[in-house]
Amino acid sequence: MQTFVQIEKLSKSFGDVEAVKNLSFEIQKGELFGLIGPDGAGKTTLFRLLATLLLPTQGKMRIGKSDVVKEYRQIRSMLGYMPGKFSLYQDLSVIENLEFFASVFGTKISDHMDLIGDIWEQIKEFRDRPAGKLSGGMKQKLALCCALIHQPELLLLDEPTTGVDAVSRVEFWEMLQSLKEKGITILVSTPYMDEANLCDRVALIQEGEVFQINTPAEIISDFQKELYELKADDLYHLQSVLRSYEYCNSVFMFGKVLHYTDKREGDREEEVKKFIKEKYSNSVQIKQIKANIEDCFMSFSQSKSQA
Amino acid sequence: MKNQEVVINVQHLYKKFGDFIANKDLSFRVYKGEIFGFLGANGAGKTTAIKILCGLSYPSSGEIKVAGFDVYKEREQLKRKIGYMSQKFSLYEDLTVYENIRFYGGIYGMRMQEIKSKANDLLQTLELEHARNKRISELPLGWKQKLAFSVAIFHQPDVVFLDEPTGGVDPLTRRQFWDLIYEASRKGITVFVTTHYMDEAEYCDRVSIMVDGKIEALDTPDRLKEKYRAEDMDEVFLCLARKKKEYV
Repeated sequence: MQTFVQIEKLSKSFGDVEAVKNLSFEIQKGELFGLIGPDGAGKTTLFRLLATLLLPTQGKMRIGKSDVVKEYRQIRSMLGYMPGKFSLYQDLSVIENLEFFASVFGTKISDHMDLIGDIWEQIKEFRDRPAGKLSGGMKQKLALCCALIHQPELLLLDEPTTGVDAVSRVEFWEMLQSLKEKGITILVSTPYMDEANLCDRVALIQEGEVFQINTPAEIISDFQKELYELKADDLYHLQSVLRSYEYCNSVFMFGKVLHYTDKREGDREEEVKKFIKEKYSNSVQIKQIKANIEDCFMSFSQSKSQA
Repeated sequence: MKNQEVVINVQHLYKKFGDFIANKDLSFRVYKGEIFGFLGANGAGKTTAIKILCGLSYPSSGEIKVAGFDVYKEREQLKRKIGYMSQKFSLYEDLTVYENIRFYGGIYGMRMQEIKSKANDLLQTLELEHARNKRISELPLGWKQKLAFSVAIFHQPDVVFLDEPTGGVDPLTRRQFWDLIYEASRKGITVFVTTHYMDEAEYCDRVSIMVDGKIEALDTPDRLKEKYRAEDMDEVFLCLARKKKEYV
């Protein structure tokens, strides 16, 4: 493995607001790296710093052999950046947008068909439609094509799937996997916790700070507490009953089930069962389960807000 | 559990833009206090339908009543009985928290006395008293969204329309937001909500799934999962939106 992106003690402040706080991590060549965190976590600021669009308050960034601040010209030709907000020319057609971005980078569309071909296939029937008149999913595919048109070594994707429906999200991640197989290093951010599992490694980030960087599997196995899944008829009621339990550490809804952790160490299934039987009813199913990324994220952010 | 009083009644709703049919023969009823999930892929026609239900756009045809009012003839009465919030537009960024509450209360014709006392209760419940005179632009997104929802139901509407209210919100705040939705539903407010988070679809009493302008499925999450032999709503959605005919 070869380090491709290096971020060292990076900070960025806007007045009193510290958007990125003393961030350090590395991304390997060819890695699909995820930044997982909600709005306001500092993800966009980090992207703009890496894309040479903002100067850091402190710290260093290197991509390949180049310093991001000092050698921004080299960096720009190495990067493909897809901002969170749709940033193509709405009144240019699909093909005009592509041609424009190709010419800006001194290249031709036909030179990179091997890279963008699969995605181009899906939008070429709309080649003469103005970009502003495309559906959400199509806009996003066009934006990805434009970001790839100069065959960048590093792809920066800022929340490409926010506001995108479940079907298009699946398709988008399939495209990312195939780009990764072509050797492109990808940094992608998302507020969807389930997408973390599709990355090689992820950084969980909130309020400008990273609280964990690891493979999704490692993050899950680091979850310290026993986690229980509960099923009942009236989950909302059961949730409020459990919240009143003196040993309740956390209780959250996960679709049609609750996830519960206890303040005490060890297996407390019997005690919890007994409490529920007294305060709610008998008809509750409880079993111990493995945590998912969302459990981990919430456990971190909860411990942080209590600290 | 739920009341059988119909709050939204849509029969054979069509909406055409030129040759394009955005809504094809939608028919459904939503009941008082129900949490109704209105799901569909991007471009399926959800926003078009919501605009009609809010009295902002006329249908091409169909009979539609919201809170007892006709969407063709009684739009102004209708608007007083509904609340609305979306991810994109909710509160005025350059007004303070209290100014926003006062503004919306005023728009809906509430008296100043009532606005004042209810605003205090609201800020207390949300634990936002310290932010009363802060501008909205200074608040974190999660707070904004919780406040926007509370403002949308401040005038005690019969129905509240929520268009992707939790997009981009952190998982903890997303759940706090749903606590507010449940609470509103228990007070008898009907909640009409769209979301791309399929775990949230499970929190709804009933869910409709729109594909290409038509409602392809409408039932409780449990019955939908049974029908499509799916583990969760994510599978149901993928199966319908991708139109895998082998399931149907």
